[in-house]
Amino acid sequence: MTGREGMDRRSFLAGMLKGAAASAVGGVVWGGLVAGMDRAPLVLRPPGALAADNFPATCIRCGRCVAACPYDTLELATPGRPGPVGMPAFTPRKTPCYLCQDIPCTAACPSGALDPSSVCDETGAPDITRARMGVAVIDYTNCIAAWGLRCDVCYRVCPLVDKAILLEMTRNERTGRHARLVPRIDPEHCTGCGLCEHACVVEKAAVFVQPREVALGRVGDQYIRGWDRADERRLRQDAVQPPEGDPLDYLNGGGLDDE
Amino acid sequence: MMSRLLRHRYLIARRILQAGILVLLAGGNLYGWPVLVGDLSHSRLLGTVPFSDPFAVAQLLVAGGVLAGDVLLGAVLVLAFYALVGGRTFCAWVCPLNAVTDLANRLGTGRRGTHPRTGRAVRYWVLGLALVVSAVAGTAAFEAVSPIGMLHRGVIFGMGAGWAAVAAVFLFDLAVMHNGFCGRLCPLGAFYALIGRFGLLRVRHDHTVCTHCLECLRVCPENQILQQVGRVSGTINRGVCTNCGRCIEVCDDDALGFRIRGRALSERTGG
Repeated sequence: MTGREGMDRRSFLAGMLKGAAASAVGGVVWGGLVAGMDRAPLVLRPPGALAADNFPATCIRCGRCVAACPYDTLELATPGRPGPVGMPAFTPRKTPCYLCQDIPCTAACPSGALDPSSVCDETGAPDITRARMGVAVIDYTNCIAAWGLRCDVCYRVCPLVDKAILLEMTRNERTGRHARLVPRIDPEHCTGCGLCEHACVVEKAAVFVQPREVALGRVGDQYIRGWDRADERRLRQDAVQPPEGDPLDYLNGGGLDDE
Repeated sequence: MMSRLLRHRYLIARRILQAGILVLLAGGNLYGWPVLVGDLSHSRLLGTVPFSDPFAVAQLLVAGGVLAGDVLLGAVLVLAFYALVGGRTFCAWVCPLNAVTDLANRLGTGRRGTHPRTGRAVRYWVLGLALVVSAVAGTAAFEAVSPIGMLHRGVIFGMGAGWAAVAAVFLFDLAVMHNGFCGRLCPLGAFYALIGRFGLLRVRHDHTVCTHCLECLRVCPENQILQQVGRVSGTINRGVCTNCGRCIEVCDDDALGFRIRGRALSERTGG
């Protein structure tokens, strides 16, 4: 380089040190900024999106899913909006996902951030009902059907009616003579499309979609549904084999120490 | 009039190309034009040829992304193209932020407070840092904050608050540091400077006809690389040259022109 002729070792090292120090400061600020953007756990991704920790490492922010979406449901996050800039998301209350049969958004993704194989049936044909963009959650305090009024709008608009949203009939104790038809979500079938949230008649939707990792709990392995044959089978598969030999030797030999 | 056009022929061509690409991409998103769909990070030409930003792909790879073949092939194509053409041709001919910083630098041309050599290496540190932060944060770090991305995505998909980042770059170049962003900070430019070091399309200079008017030094955004102009004849072989052609169009002595590297100097090519 032309500027380097007169450079001795000392000024070279000093320059390197200066660069490294400035980089350390810049890296902390920059990393904090990027991590802060990443911490937007409530954004809903398109069908077939990778898990929340892999998606930001794979999405190249090209917007081809957005261009492919026929309903303009998907939007790229603009600066100032939650979520990393330039990554696709949707807001069901504004525009839900209408569950296109051919899933054009996922098919358009060039990077693998939207994985078509996760929304396919066994034959490899697209099956949008396997999408798990999120899960609908109901706020029963503000659900007028739970009050006892006759409203089943979310149930009727659900593309997986009677699977993803069920109506449960209970007795209305307040009047003593009416039924309450209360919607309930089955997360096993809910795609998170948000048609229910979009249609909900109250001012701020009482049914709304959240990312599954936010809205759903996890039971763990220790509980088994004894009335479910498949679940019951786990008892035999996962059962801990008793240690060989005399149990007394096991206990006296410190067999419990590592637990 | 004609001479004015001639004195800006590359500039006009660059603006047409920069704007044309954005128009095609915006049409692809808004109206479904099939010519070029995507944005400058990744796009697809006529539904077949993929183009990817190789620097964005590099960031995703160090972030741990398992990328599909389309994006990788696109990155290889773009990488090969700019390595062959040379220099930071992307910066002058494709990057939309170039129009913003060119304007800021023209308006701020009276201020020459910064020595042309000062801080030119910062961008390489930023480049390295972008990769480190990408690896730690698990996402493409420069893409997350890039004013270039905010500008082209803003035009194609909607601006949001992105204009603020573009305005910040404009003000930085105008009032804080001449050629500050493109010439000193931008890691994408640094990336292409490294890629384009051995490219073929170069600016030749001929000292036998040069009258030392220094017009080329006045317009060049990286004029620290023009030290040999007027002293010897040869080509500017540095990677940071953006091949913008401003020096060529302002030269009244026919001492500068584009030339394929490696051809003998006596063969004068046009321009």
